[in-house]
Amino acid sequence: MKFAVIQFPGSNCDQDCLAALRSIDGIESDYVWHKETSLSGWDAIVLPGGFSYGDYLRCGAIARFSPIMRSVVQEAQSGMLVMGICNGFQILCEAGLLPGALVRNRSLHFVCDMVTTRVEVTDSPFTCEMPVGALLHLPVAHGEGCYYADERTLSELNERQQVLLRYCDKTGRVVPAANPNGSVENIAGICNRERNVFGLMPHPDRACEKRLGSSDGARLFESMLRSLATDRAAA
Amino acid sequence: MKVKVIVTPKETVLDPQGAAVREAMLHLGFSAARDVRIGRYLEIELEGDLQAQEPKLRELCRDLLSNPVIEDYRLEMPNETK
Repeated sequence: MKFAVIQFPGSNCDQDCLAALRSIDGIESDYVWHKETSLSGWDAIVLPGGFSYGDYLRCGAIARFSPIMRSVVQEAQSGMLVMGICNGFQILCEAGLLPGALVRNRSLHFVCDMVTTRVEVTDSPFTCEMPVGALLHLPVAHGEGCYYADERTLSELNERQQVLLRYCDKTGRVVPAANPNGSVENIAGICNRERNVFGLMPHPDRACEKRLGSSDGARLFESMLRSLATDRAAA
Repeated sequence: MKVKVIVTPKETVLDPQGAAVREAMLHLGFSAARDVRIGRYLEIELEGDLQAQEPKLRELCRDLLSNPVIEDYRLEMPNETK
């Protein structure tokens, strides 16, 4: 399966993403520069972390208007799997592909740490390889990762089971102390209604190798791979 | 001619920066500061017919300069400023 890693000026996890994706059997991956205008021929899209356009104006606000984003929106609407990590998550929210927004961490501190997240739903192409309640140890590194959505959006997210990951403590309890940035309801990652677009603040791309402290991130990519393979077999 | 755009966080959105600044004001003995909200201020130098540009400007305020999920904006045109 072919995964595109979009490079914006200021992306800085593009190489991590590429290395992580290529380390997984069955995934081929390459960069796509933000000035490109087509994503046909790819099976999935990853928007990497970083500081696209220096985070000017708002995180992701300018990247959202990059030429490639038109194709990202188009492909997302036609069902292609899209994953946005950290700054990629911010871009997906700015682009309106995911509801809500990411604002300044409640502590005002840039957090750079290992966190534990709990898989909330298994019914998604991004988490189908894991049982509900599985714990993923993943690194976070962000200053604007506090997920915000108004109450209506929030209850919709919950009703439709769009919250895929929540920050939790080491035993899996979703408690305020385990929340690194003040996100509402400890939300670490959400998907859209159609369940093919996923954004998360933690970095699975930096957690695909035991030597790096965790290989739990690979399970998200493996889920994508499996769901793509299942779709292809059914077609 | 210059138009001004003022972007502020919505009431419902937590503004930790504003809270920190308010805290500093209290430390400096200014206890009257009940709430502080920090936003963004833009000055845009324009040429051409202002009226003709207003619709596009408003669109840009909504789509680029502010994020309606978390922010409100105010566009001040020269004839509105006293």
